[in-house]
Amino acid sequence: MATKKLTLVLMDAPFENARTVTGLRLLDAAIRRGHEVTVFAYEGAVALTFAKQAPHANAVHGRDAVQEDHPLPKDWIAALMEAAQLNGGRLDWVNCGLCVDERGVGEAIPGARRGSPADLWKAAEASDNTLVIGTR
Amino acid sequence: MKTLQIVTTAYRCNVEEQDDPVLWIIQAMRGAGANAHVLLEAGAVNYAARGQDASGLSFGGRAQTQPARIEEDIRRLIAKGAEVYAVEDDVAARGLERADLVDGVRGVSRAGLPGLFSAYDRIWRW
Amino acid sequence: MDSYLLFESQGPLESAQVPLHYELAAGLKKAGNKVTVFLVQNGVTAARRGLRTDAVARVVEAGVEVLADDFSLRECGIPPSRLAAGVKVANLDMAMDQLAEGRKALWL
Repeated sequence: MATKKLTLVLMDAPFENARTVTGLRLLDAAIRRGHEVTVFAYEGAVALTFAKQAPHANAVHGRDAVQEDHPLPKDWIAALMEAAQLNGGRLDWVNCGLCVDERGVGEAIPGARRGSPADLWKAAEASDNTLVIGTR
Repeated sequence: MKTLQIVTTAYRCNVEEQDDPVLWIIQAMRGAGANAHVLLEAGAVNYAARGQDASGLSFGGRAQTQPARIEEDIRRLIAKGAEVYAVEDDVAARGLERADLVDGVRGVSRAGLPGLFSAYDRIWRW
Repeated sequence: MDSYLLFESQGPLESAQVPLHYELAAGLKKAGNKVTVFLVQNGVTAARRGLRTDAVARVVEAGVEVLADDFSLRECGIPPSRLAAGVKVANLDMAMDQLAEGRKALWL
């Protein structure tokens, strides 16, 4: 299939719902196919790229932080960004700026940028398709 | 690109946000030129009801002075030319009558949704 | 005629709205469209044979393509031998390909 331009809207905050992982899995599939994807993170999803997420030990399972080996959402997203570049595609991660401000998660991983609803509409208009994964 | 924006969940975080975030972003995109129209479905059909009032909350004496005003949002969307639909079956199931709804909200039956969808290039279900 | 990709992430007994999602799928198909329901997350519990609702059977009968995400099936412990008739195991790559084709895509 020819390279496509796609827009994906995410709303869920990290660790709250399986929709987040499905969104990342769809992104992974898109990136492996070399598609160009814009993610517009809205509401709680702006925390997915928060740089200060930190791993922890798991006493219930007797594992220290190293043994727990727990990639956090920011780590997966950073890996997806890198994979996109290697595959000849693109992952443009846009966090809704007002959502970032009210949640205090302005420190994002490199590659994530601030944007607005106008950016979402512009990306969607330029895309072959858009999928909104809303929260409930 | 003509889009139908489906709103399904209501009153999720309206107090914290002082808005419904989906109605807000639809209005923001329209302000940026988006050809975006609205379908209220499931619990969100209540957004078409007259008389919604979220005012009066305070926490530790700190009052909310700008509560969400959903009825105003719906009226403003309609006044600015947005097609705003509500699923009639969902409206009736919730004990709402036509007279309870804001003027200008259009009804569509659940059976009529395929026909409605065909009129839009893209359908975003929030 | 349009093509639709409907993601169903909720189990059929999880909310009173879910059966209406299946009705929508059948209605879109009856209107002459190409329709795929992609079951993912708890939505794959609809694919277990013996489920006490005929929602999935009815959409399969209506000609809707019903796919179930392989990871979600495994996560819920539903082997292929326990799948309801007409439900096919798929993966999210297939959903991505349908999305990239330009199908009208709704997350239900």
